Amino acid sequence: MEFLQPATWAEALEAKAASRDAVPVAGGTDVMVAVNFGRLRPSLLLDLTRVPELQQWDTEDGVVRLGAGVPYARVITELGDRLPGLAMAARTIGSPQIRNRGTVGGNLATASPAGDAHPALLAADAEVEVASVRGTRRIPVTGFYTGVKRSALADDELIAAIRIRPPSGPQQYSKIGTRNAMVIAVAAFGLALHPDRRAVGTGIGSAAPTPRRAPEAEEFLAGELDGLWDSRGELPASTATRFGELVSAAAAPIDDVRGTARYRVHALSVMARRTLTWAWADYRKEATTCA
Amino acid sequence: MRLTCTVNGTEQQVDDVWEGESLLYVLRERMGLPGSKNACEQGECGSCTVYLDGLPVCACLVAAGQAEGREVGTVEGLAAPGELHPVQQAFLDAGAVQCGFCTPGLLVATDDLLARARAEGRTPADAEIREALAGNLCRCTGYEKILDAVRLAADRTAGDAR
Ligand SMILES: Cc1cc2nc3c(=O)[nH]c(=O)nc-3n(C[C@H](O)[C@H](O)[C@H](O)COP(=O)(O)OP(=O)(O)OC[C@H]3O[C@@H](n4cnc5c(N)ncnc54)[C@H](O)[C@@H]3O)c2cc1C
Ligand code: FES
Ligand code: FES
Repeated sequence: MEFLQPATWAEALEAKAASRDAVPVAGGTDVMVAVNFGRLRPSLLLDLTRVPELQQWDTEDGVVRLGAGVPYARVITELGDRLPGLAMAARTIGSPQIRNRGTVGGNLATASPAGDAHPALLAADAEVEVASVRGTRRIPVTGFYTGVKRSALADDELIAAIRIRPPSGPQQYSKIGTRNAMVIAVAAFGLALHPDRRAVGTGIGSAAPTPRRAPEAEEFLAGELDGLWDSRGELPASTATRFGELVSAAAAPIDDVRGTARYRVHALSVMARRTLTWAWADYRKEATTCA
Repeated sequence: MRLTCTVNGTEQQVDDVWEGESLLYVLRERMGLPGSKNACEQGECGSCTVYLDGLPVCACLVAAGQAEGREVGTVEGLAAPGELHPVQQAFLDAGAVQCGFCTPGLLVATDDLLARARAEGRTPADAEIREALAGNLCRCTGYEKILDAVRLAADRTAGDAR
């Protein structure tokens, strides 16, 4: 095994192009577990923690460009106001030690259906900026997950950043596990209300082969909210219930050690209903604080 | 490969480090610092918690080469040789140690929590203590005594400068 520590983004991309089976390592919270247990013996470990661009975030034309290597702890402390949904998801990840190292770029590349960043990124319509020596491209996060732990990343590409537009309305994240810390989600749900576009974003975690949205639920709710965005009136309970049903209908879960498919479907409908109730209450409160 | 980093304030250099080795292995097996414990090697238990550039991390999940040129702080560096750090003393006084395997990680995590709270001129609330120690598992003492120890250490060090 070799260990390479590129100091620049260009060097990192060249190294990945030259050895396509190289395994990048950022926070190491997925990679090092596999190495420690002898499940992973790459020819080259490519340490990305010295590439300055990956450790930074900034805003371009109002869009947050989050470097792939920014650890969750910084997403929470530095971006809680700009990326509330992602920050909420980040707070549920692992433990303080894990959040000090683990990154959104690593979560994306692992592409686990249970990864907690995914539902928040899906709901917020994020884009993944990937690069290789051939150039840079942006992949809408909806098209990023191609199968169980598979992504649209080519074997010479690295994730540079995640682009997220700060919200025009409330965002929520909900996760079910056996305790409050250190759990892989049994099921998870992310919600974003986009009053500017009169649209709704959703993200389902741990309840299908890949993280996915619930398009029918989004369309239904956007239709129901059509007359409510301006009046900020009360949301009928039946709307929240129907939304929950449609979200759970979009899932395709399996039975596994963490939970049964039936439980996951039920949990999703409850989480979708609750997060919508919370988000709508926030939206209505916003009106009173603005006025 | 060769690894050079600062451990507990002293520069250390070790050779023949395997490229896939963890920082925890380097500390314990190559630098003679067995304070940080190896229990799970998968980030679950926190018994290997060390400071890396001032932040508590699981040493078992840091690739050795990632520590090149960085500052590492282990439980051995909390107090001067032969002395006890206030957090260590509090764990003893509160009876928060049985087998002691989880203790080094808890000490580092607690030290970090109390230092952050002190910097803001306060002592941590119980909920904050639980959250800060959520990544440290103990399988014998029970968490009540550990919480007692953290509260005791917080009270005793409340007035200290960081
Ligand atoms: C104890 C523990 C608890 C955990 N809890 C959770 C949890 O609650 N929720 C959750 O979602 N996850 C959890 N995880 C999994 C893990 O922490 C996350 O998936 C994390 O986001 C991985 O990020 P990392 O930077 O550590 O990735 P690494 O381990 O460094 O890398 C992960 C993968 O991404 C690739 N990679 C990293 N950066 C890039 C890049 N810039 N470009 C291309 N490829 C890249 C690596 O090659 C590897 O395939 C947990 C892990 C542990 C050990
Ligand atoms: S040995 Fe590192 S967390 Fe358990
Ligand atoms: S004292 Fe034995 S594991 Fe905590």
